[in-house]
Amino acid sequence: MERAPIQEPPARAVPRVEMRGISKRFPGVRALDDVSLTVHAGEVHMLVGQNGAGKSTLIKVLCGAVHPDSGEFRIDGRPVRIESAADARRLGVAVIFQEFSLVPHLDIAQNIFLGREPGSRFPGVVDRRRMHAQARALLDALGMDLDTRLPAAELGVAQQQMVEIAKALSQNARILVMDEPTAALSDHEIDRLFARIRKLKQDGIAVIYISHRLREVFTIGDRVTVLRDGRHAATLESARTDMAGLVRLMVGREVRTHRRRFGESAGDIVLEVRDLEAENGVHGIGLHVRAGEIVGVAGLVGSGRTELARAIFGADRVLGGEVRLGGQRLPGGPAEAVARGMGLVPEDRKESGLALTRSVGDNLLVAALPRIFPNRWYRFGTAARIVADLIARLQVATPSPGRLAKFLSGGNQQKVVVGKWLGAGVHFYVFDEPTRGIDVAAKAEMFGLMETLVGDGAAVLMISSELPEVVALCDRAYVMRDRTIVGELDRRDLTEENILKLAMHHE
Amino acid sequence: MTAPAAWPLRMPSIGYRLLGVAALCLALALATDAFLTLPNLLNVMRQASLTFLIASGLTLVIVTAGLDLSIGANLGLSACFAAAVIQASGSVLLGAAVGLASGIVIGVMNGVMVTWLGLPPFIATFGMLWMVYGVNYWYMAGTTIYDFPQGFRNLGSGDALGVPVPVYLMAASMLVGGLFTRYTTWGHDIYAIGANREAARLSGIPIRSRLMLVYTLSGAMAGLSGIVYLARLNSAEAGMGDPLLLPAIAAVLIGGTSLFGGIGTLSGTFVGALILTLTLNGMNLLTIDTNWQPLVMGVIVLLAAWLDASTRRRAEARA
Repeated sequence: MERAPIQEPPARAVPRVEMRGISKRFPGVRALDDVSLTVHAGEVHMLVGQNGAGKSTLIKVLCGAVHPDSGEFRIDGRPVRIESAADARRLGVAVIFQEFSLVPHLDIAQNIFLGREPGSRFPGVVDRRRMHAQARALLDALGMDLDTRLPAAELGVAQQQMVEIAKALSQNARILVMDEPTAALSDHEIDRLFARIRKLKQDGIAVIYISHRLREVFTIGDRVTVLRDGRHAATLESARTDMAGLVRLMVGREVRTHRRRFGESAGDIVLEVRDLEAENGVHGIGLHVRAGEIVGVAGLVGSGRTELARAIFGADRVLGGEVRLGGQRLPGGPAEAVARGMGLVPEDRKESGLALTRSVGDNLLVAALPRIFPNRWYRFGTAARIVADLIARLQVATPSPGRLAKFLSGGNQQKVVVGKWLGAGVHFYVFDEPTRGIDVAAKAEMFGLMETLVGDGAAVLMISSELPEVVALCDRAYVMRDRTIVGELDRRDLTEENILKLAMHHE
Repeated sequence: MTAPAAWPLRMPSIGYRLLGVAALCLALALATDAFLTLPNLLNVMRQASLTFLIASGLTLVIVTAGLDLSIGANLGLSACFAAAVIQASGSVLLGAAVGLASGIVIGVMNGVMVTWLGLPPFIATFGMLWMVYGVNYWYMAGTTIYDFPQGFRNLGSGDALGVPVPVYLMAASMLVGGLFTRYTTWGHDIYAIGANREAARLSGIPIRSRLMLVYTLSGAMAGLSGIVYLARLNSAEAGMGDPLLLPAIAAVLIGGTSLFGGIGTLSGTFVGALILTLTLNGMNLLTIDTNWQPLVMGVIVLLAAWLDASTRRRAEARA
């Protein structure tokens, strides 16, 4: 492999952080492969890449949550070992994850000093006055005019973000990692956050900033590192690249499929959605899927893909618009959707796809019972025959139908979730992240299964954050942003670049 | 396909429990001559049957990962209503109908609170427990209604063909309940809901109507038990159901039904009721101070839980 270009900033002091040759393997996937990252004091270093590119694994390595298989760290030029979260904290690494960790009913000061409350003369007693004074000083340094006695529950997202930053700084963080800090912020709040980040730079703090909004690379970033498939694609100075260049670096993964002939088999419209609005926030949704089609729904994390799936299926309450299946309007609710022939393969199969403590057989039949036994009389012989048939058809690797679902591998569990719809006579499938958490071989089987389904005349709506999968498998795709559909791409225009262009924020 | 009876896996260790029953019987037979007599054994069966009747509906509720704490109070109210109607009208049939209806109404109200109002089952039925007590204490105002026609009393204390009448009721409800849970799709739905409610919902199972059914059944069984208890005791007073809730829960738990839902059987609950009754019967026969009984009950409940925890894992891994 040719060496990826690395543009270093003009000669500066020893870098604050140096990660060299970091590799990490998880079962079935190489999460990080010889990745290096160098960040200087007073630099904002952007980290971009598609879902699964290795950004979060890299961050987890830096904060001690994941142990790399190989690679070395230097902080301020000194070789260090990061074996645990405590090590990382001692070395001045602080991470602000997307999901905040504030305790809602504790006040700002208590949250900042959680577990490290300043003590008083009496052992075990917190010096509340000193704690609030120190919290006040930290907030002042960030230019925040908030009462330190306010409970976290009463703070807005931006304010919570600031408290997280204050908390990080109170731990003498010298390396601050921010994971998509603007995901939930308004424009005004983003401006304020950026002002703070610029101040942190002046104070000599090294900032690693993960973002899905490429525009931010140019507004706040000094340099940017692009990861792709767990590999280092490039490190560039923000001023010397542009959006198109970054997108080019981000894409380019291969997905093997059986290569159906796209579009040819498309038949009548099976699902039609008009102006759908749901309690979970999706709105203005219009789309359709024809028999024999796999239609993709792409979009970034938080764009509302899963919410769309749940709204169509009736799992979340619908406020307006209509969903028609086979021309008939659905009255809402999963029971109705299933009875009319719609099946959902949910994103979180362990929470809402399977009953882990029930057998493979029971799970395979749970949705099909009304169809197999219309008079409600359960016959074990029939049930066993159908289960055996499904297990053989899906090639579920299980020693017996009585095996509990929790003992199966991720890929086999996923087959069971799909299998429960096969027996239920479903002809419209919604797959939400069908390949999440399953190994490469199982992914290929899942694609094969979807292609067989549409080959037999079913229709599939596939929601995926894996752009290469959408491109390889779908006849068409809808792209979502801000909980609505912002564009449709037909087979000819269906490329990762085009999806990203629609999915990202541009101004 | 190998023996389909191998799944669904609902009750991994009934064998151990039957072993426990046999051991208990053997020990008691050796310890006292009074145990292995026909009258005593029939008495044990009568008492176990009554416990089973109260606990049967509760078993189904717990299988859905729910709870019904109102069954004791429900039983008491239905017995008092039935008693009052029988005394006022002289009609046993009318009295029984009113008692049963009272149980069903309370069950329906529990179901509405759990499904439509979305209250946690513990809260809903705990509140119901107090409300039903309240109604009953107000209605009875400290009085006792007693002395019923012999024909009615036979329902609780009589025999038919030498077997106590409650045993027939137990057998009938176990047969119907067993058919329902094992051989109808509704029964299978109930297990699916208990194992993972969200997955069951997203599989198209109408959660609300299934839960309504289960809570209504629990109320109905409490109502029926109230009538049988009334016939056995030959008297009704407001507090008569109070001491029956905790033994019913104990029978369900000793029978191997999981409070987390999805696992449990009516036959398990019957064995649980039997173990409970045998233990108390044996302690009485051995003239052990009755003050020890609660302690022993607690030990048995914990023993059963430990047995399940240690055997279930292996049973699951074998499947």
